[in-house]
Amino acid sequence: MSLDKIGIAQRIAQELKDGWYVNLGIGIPTLVANYVPKKINVEFQSENGILGMGPFPSGNNVDADLINAGKQTITALPGAVYFDSSMSFAMIRGQHIQLTVLGAMEVSENGDIANWKIPGKMVKGMGGAMDLVASADNIIVAMMHTNKRGESKILSECSLPLTGVKCIKKVVTNLAVLEILPEGGFKLLERAPSVSVEEIKNATAGKLIIPSNEIPEMQL
Amino acid sequence: MIEKIVLDAKDACKDIKSGSTIMLGGFGLCGIPENCIEALVNLKIKDLTCISNNAGIDEFGLGFLLKNNQIKKMISSYVGENDEFERQMLSGELIVDLIPQGSLAERCRAGGAGIPAFFTPAGYGTEISEGKEIRIFNGKPHILETALKADFAIVKAWKGDTLGNLVYKGTARNFNPAMAMAGKITIAEVEKLVNPGILDPNEIHTPGIFVQRIFQGEKYEKRIEKRTVK
Repeated sequence: MSLDKIGIAQRIAQELKDGWYVNLGIGIPTLVANYVPKKINVEFQSENGILGMGPFPSGNNVDADLINAGKQTITALPGAVYFDSSMSFAMIRGQHIQLTVLGAMEVSENGDIANWKIPGKMVKGMGGAMDLVASADNIIVAMMHTNKRGESKILSECSLPLTGVKCIKKVVTNLAVLEILPEGGFKLLERAPSVSVEEIKNATAGKLIIPSNEIPEMQL
Repeated sequence: MIEKIVLDAKDACKDIKSGSTIMLGGFGLCGIPENCIEALVNLKIKDLTCISNNAGIDEFGLGFLLKNNQIKKMISSYVGENDEFERQMLSGELIVDLIPQGSLAERCRAGGAGIPAFFTPAGYGTEISEGKEIRIFNGKPHILETALKADFAIVKAWKGDTLGNLVYKGTARNFNPAMAMAGKITIAEVEKLVNPGILDPNEIHTPGIFVQRIFQGEKYEKRIEKRTVK
């Protein structure tokens, strides 16, 4: 069975390491914060200007002056810090953040990502995504393997305007965990529970590398 | 000492003319200068170039100026959540320059800090880098981004004193400090205006040297774009 958004977030949460500073993008990535392994402490950075972001507030604790990059109301944990946008991106560009998780419309086999514009249709802007992907060493893309029409979003080349080039190394989808190799190609690391390699092959338009006959299932 | 206190938003904005370039602080609707935006709407000035991370929503913030067709050009990083904006952009009525958020913040900071341009990796290999100088540093390509300055920078702070020193609250700080530095004239509207000496000098975010006009805003609605609770 392919994963839902929560399953994708749960699988990505397993990648977290103690002491990391982590930036989560809008959408599925935001859900990762709900599944941090118990024995681990990570600090979440939101690029609009907070480190030490906590969970959503209770109804009577909502503060209009305290939001995340998705404009949702949030809370601040003890030890949290606020800063301005230029300092926020100094943390990002300066590679002080250990993991960036973001969504994508398309990812290509050489690590390109597109997630900010559909020409003539949808232009929301790139927000902080271009700064994040250009600078981060460790980026995980959280996305659905195919679009609503069943077409693959895991491609040999992106068709949409790019957000960054050769920057993505790992992709977690509803079907699989994929590593993008430096020489190009999606190496299949894990399958979603009960999803066959055949299904993943059919849903992947880019070059898929199947390293062995036994691809492990994700453990959630 | 030149008096920095002005009466209200109307007084602060009275000499802003059509065709001006204006920076407006805020991220989404958080930390936006609500009172001055209202004053700009009432001034009915046109052909504005607005530098602001977002463009408000249809019924709040910069959305008011958009609806009245007062903005000619927007320089922003993210403009979703605004149907009128999208309509004006796709129809060509509105010129839109979308730039990466970190580059936008740093271009404002650079403008205020006397740095004419800088290299950043953000946007390399994308349409953002088209026509821009590219140089390799430490084996990695970077693009040249130039500083931004504005005729007026309009920022919103939590507390301020009559000398223009500012303290922001929570994530309402965002673009306000960098923009405060980059205005030829910087207008600060604050929730609470106090006398010099009341704010702790250790905790001031924007030193008053960057601020030319200050007033206590009449009211703050502080609309929440995405109220999210447990």
